[in-house]
Amino acid sequence: MAAIKVHGNPLSTASMRVLATVYEKEIDHEFVFVDMRAGEQKKEHFLSLNPFGQLPALEDGDLKLFESRAINKYIACEYADKGTQLIYQDSKMMAITSVWMEVEAQQYDPAASKLGWELAIKPLLGMSTDTAVVEENEAKLAKVLDVYESRLAQSKHLGGDCFTLADLHHLPTLHYLFGTQVKKLFDSRPHVSVWVADITARPAWLKVLALQSQQ
Amino acid sequence: MAAIKVHGSPLSTNTLRVLAAVYEKELDHEFVLVDKSAGEHKKEHFLSTHNPFGQVPAFEDGDLKLFESRAITRYIACEYADKGTQLIYQDSKKMAITSVWMEVEGQQYEQIAAKLAWELVYKPLLLGMSADKAIVEENEPKLAKVLDIYESRLAQSKYLGGDCFTLADLHHLPTLHYLFGTQVKKLFDSRPHVSAWIADITARPAWLKALAALQSQQ
Repeated sequence: MAAIKVHGNPLSTASMRVLATVYEKEIDHEFVFVDMRAGEQKKEHFLSLNPFGQLPALEDGDLKLFESRAINKYIACEYADKGTQLIYQDSKMMAITSVWMEVEAQQYDPAASKLGWELAIKPLLGMSTDTAVVEENEAKLAKVLDVYESRLAQSKHLGGDCFTLADLHHLPTLHYLFGTQVKKLFDSRPHVSVWVADITARPAWLKVLALQSQQ
Repeated sequence: MAAIKVHGSPLSTNTLRVLAAVYEKELDHEFVLVDKSAGEHKKEHFLSTHNPFGQVPAFEDGDLKLFESRAITRYIACEYADKGTQLIYQDSKKMAITSVWMEVEGQQYEQIAAKLAWELVYKPLLLGMSADKAIVEENEPKLAKVLDIYESRLAQSKYLGGDCFTLADLHHLPTLHYLFGTQVKKLFDSRPHVSAWIADITARPAWLKALAALQSQQ
């Protein structure tokens, strides 16, 4: 039995964020499916892994972690010598990568998640989209992407020359947004477009998507 | 001239977050005042040099330029690991747990706490407007649920990351400070372990210096 267990659901963006890292690092692991539709993440067993009742959670031997971005940082450091380098060892290069990891979490994700919820998930659940929320968050996301366009005009990836967690963390919400009207915000920005095409073509990411289609 | 510069503004929780770390690490630094009331943070120079999102704080260490308070504090904690207070763990598994609670602050706590601080502190203070009751009523129960989890965590652990004070605790200080002047204080007071933790972290000398330093800029 693998020492690493990922408790999650292939449709959950945060689970996908961790799975992408696990595949990039080529780490043996067991994927433990959590049935979101049955509300399994709110039950006592799962709450002992994540008291917030959210996916994913990770076990590595005795170590239990939650919050996808914390899990990814742990994997990237602990398994630095395996698979893809996802962080920089140099402290100043890592600091710049850290900045763009925070940008993803603090500037990009709030708007992107709300749009994903309204335009991709709610229709699947038979709920109607709140157009006011969509308008407000499309405008916010457009401003964030203008900043990304400038950044990616100077730098191949967000943290610098190399693909790192700063880029990877965007993949799950990007995936959902690309199936919606929001795709145009990315397509209309050439450097952002090229960056998205590059990171979404990575073999490790395609393995995560393959897991989704098995459900 | 100090190699380290913190660009920030009074009343900015994000500026306070960085100053708290700078004082904990006892770093020589220069504070550069960004005049938000004059819109300085939205002008071309600030956007292109310091923070393309037009927000404070921004940070310089020699040629290195950073923004996002939580990235700045992480850099400080690692780069100056041998100075002042240890704010992160060197052991990778202890650091992983600290990282979890740093994400909890950034993803679960801050968004709710910041909404309440905006309604109950900043709107009255800066705009002379009263709080939107619906927003307050919606967010107080959300914060209460988060604090229930903190209460359980702090019953097992002196600080959020483990036995020692780390960035996981420090990152809460600024919004805590503002919320404590409002009706929201009761949510903290009614939870004994949370209360004890707050009394402990808000009494730290470095925190008091950071507060005094920023208030002297007003």
